[in-house]
Amino acid sequence: MFTYILRRILSSIPVLFGILVVTFFLARALGDPCRAMLGEKATPTVCAEFNHRYGFDKPKLVQFVDYVGQIARGDFGVSLRYGRPVTQMMVERLPTTLELAFAAMLFAVILGIPLGIISAVRQNSSIDIGTMLVANIGISMPVFWLGLMLAYIFALLLKGTPFQLPPSGRLSPGMSPDPFYVVWGLHVTSQGLAGVLEFISRLNLVNALLIWRWDIFWDAARHMILPAIAVGTIPLALIARMTRSSMLDVLGTDYIRTARAKGATRYTQVMKHALRNALLPLVTIIGLSLGSLLAGAVLTETIFNLSGVGKILYDAITARDYIIVQSFTVVIAVFFVVLNLIVDISYIYLDPRVRLD
Amino acid sequence: MSEIAKIPSSSEVAKLQAEKLRSDKPVTLWGTARRRLFKRKSAILGMVILSILVLIAIFAPLLAPYDPQQVLIGVEKVKPRQAPCIHLLGCPADQPQHIMGIDGNVRDEFSRVLYGARLSLLIGFTTVTFAIIVGTAIGAVAGYVGGGVDNVLMRFMDVLLAFPSLLLAIALVTSLGPGLTNALLAIAIVSIPAYARVTRSAILTTREMDFVSASRALGGSTLYILFQRILPNSLTPLIVIGTLGIATAILDAAALSFLGLGAQPPTPEWGAMLSAERNQVFTAPYLVFYPGLFIILVVLSFNLLGDGLRDALDPRLAMKSK
Repeated sequence: MFTYILRRILSSIPVLFGILVVTFFLARALGDPCRAMLGEKATPTVCAEFNHRYGFDKPKLVQFVDYVGQIARGDFGVSLRYGRPVTQMMVERLPTTLELAFAAMLFAVILGIPLGIISAVRQNSSIDIGTMLVANIGISMPVFWLGLMLAYIFALLLKGTPFQLPPSGRLSPGMSPDPFYVVWGLHVTSQGLAGVLEFISRLNLVNALLIWRWDIFWDAARHMILPAIAVGTIPLALIARMTRSSMLDVLGTDYIRTARAKGATRYTQVMKHALRNALLPLVTIIGLSLGSLLAGAVLTETIFNLSGVGKILYDAITARDYIIVQSFTVVIAVFFVVLNLIVDISYIYLDPRVRLD
Repeated sequence: MSEIAKIPSSSEVAKLQAEKLRSDKPVTLWGTARRRLFKRKSAILGMVILSILVLIAIFAPLLAPYDPQQVLIGVEKVKPRQAPCIHLLGCPADQPQHIMGIDGNVRDEFSRVLYGARLSLLIGFTTVTFAIIVGTAIGAVAGYVGGGVDNVLMRFMDVLLAFPSLLLAIALVTSLGPGLTNALLAIAIVSIPAYARVTRSAILTTREMDFVSASRALGGSTLYILFQRILPNSLTPLIVIGTLGIATAILDAAALSFLGLGAQPPTPEWGAMLSAERNQVFTAPYLVFYPGLFIILVVLSFNLLGDGLRDALDPRLAMKSK
């Protein structure tokens, strides 16, 4: 088992290296960074100066070694547009995206699994057909369109009703809660710890809880509902479909028939015997969804004006700040690989059959 | 004696059997697949939607009341982002009819949406065709040659698969420069690994089969065996993921256009149209709603058809249903 984990970890190292090669190649060899950044009208002298300043005039191999060395130290360079370290910008913006990803996943799982179970148990009923049709529409929908339509419905059409929801921003104007460490009167001297506290305090929901302000918590949660639904719809549809099909597989097995034969109620058969085995493939789906969820965040955060990492990426794309685009691509791809690794390894604990092989 | 006389002679038996054989229609993969496909309501729904969209795309010049790029200033008394005017729904007859309203540049939204079907289908088919050709070639070489070549090619495919596809497409277009052609190229490139993998695995399973060995023993050339014996057997999974791939390609292209990396104005592309009016969603929601609705319809049709094809073409599922 240990060797399996080790082998699995080692096998992802070439992929990680490949990711670095691809992103490097994309940015420096395929395109002309100077033209991409300064536009088509940049003169050769301006470009030469630009290339020299950022080290683009060195041999490609030297550049690549520098690049890998930088990333290994967690340094992604300085944004061409904002002139600030990219790592710092990411850490500042990450909490919002994490909250969004968490809320979206919660929405998808809480709704998707029960819908999938009901569809499987009542196969070919109108509930099943309806759910699957809606799930099909869900995976066919552009995230940004859904976001805009939700904003229109909940902020304008339902204005004045209890269902009205804010369409933009993280908190209502005028709400600026103090970070919890200030409220608690903590004095931290260690810079690392201060950074961690800062990071936690930027998770608005957590911070509101820590300073015990329910009004702020409620406000932060309400701002998260629409973006979470927009981002969570595709994972929701995938989870519902997956739960249904894997539930149908399991319900047809011999041990479920045995359970029925020994007189287990339908509820016990479904919830105790079938569900546990049917949920296994969902681990993969949830893992993979997190990746597409981050791509969805680029589109959604812009619409809902949330200042998360997706919003920086969007701004960077518009401003052609390719250093940021490149850094994000690396970070998210690495995150994706690690996530897959975790999913694979978690199977050892979740599925005894994998352990035995 | 009379009992024995009733037993048919061997020649009669042969005749009866031959008749029975003649009356049984030959069972082919495509015949059964077609029958199974038409049994699924969702697949039929997909085909109906797709047929309508294809007809719209072909006959757009006849169906569209205006030219999609025509600016109506001075032609008609209309304002930018004017609400839809439908005569049947009580819009005064003296006003020009605009079913989906007027866009921000005073063009007829309905005509633009109709023409958008052309671009959308074109995007889906070109990217997937390109990806299938390149992907199949890579997969065929990797699977047939094997060894180090296989290893290098497939590790590279693994790396490409490690990126969320939309994100890699974004990074590619940022390097190549925005524009519809580059966006299509990027989407095609990020979808190559899927086809390469499927082709490779199909080749690995068929390569060792008896009919392939027979072909080799008869002196068939490598290319002949590859194109005539092996690739036809990997066709069904390619058709399925190709159909589903068209859906993804259209969705990704719309997303790239939304980010300003794909189709540039004034091209009537649904993603770009939606993006141009997104800040007006509260005042002119119809300009956002309709392009998005058509994106959903086209993507949904390919998804439904792809799911139907998978069930129809997969012999393992066919066994189960029997």
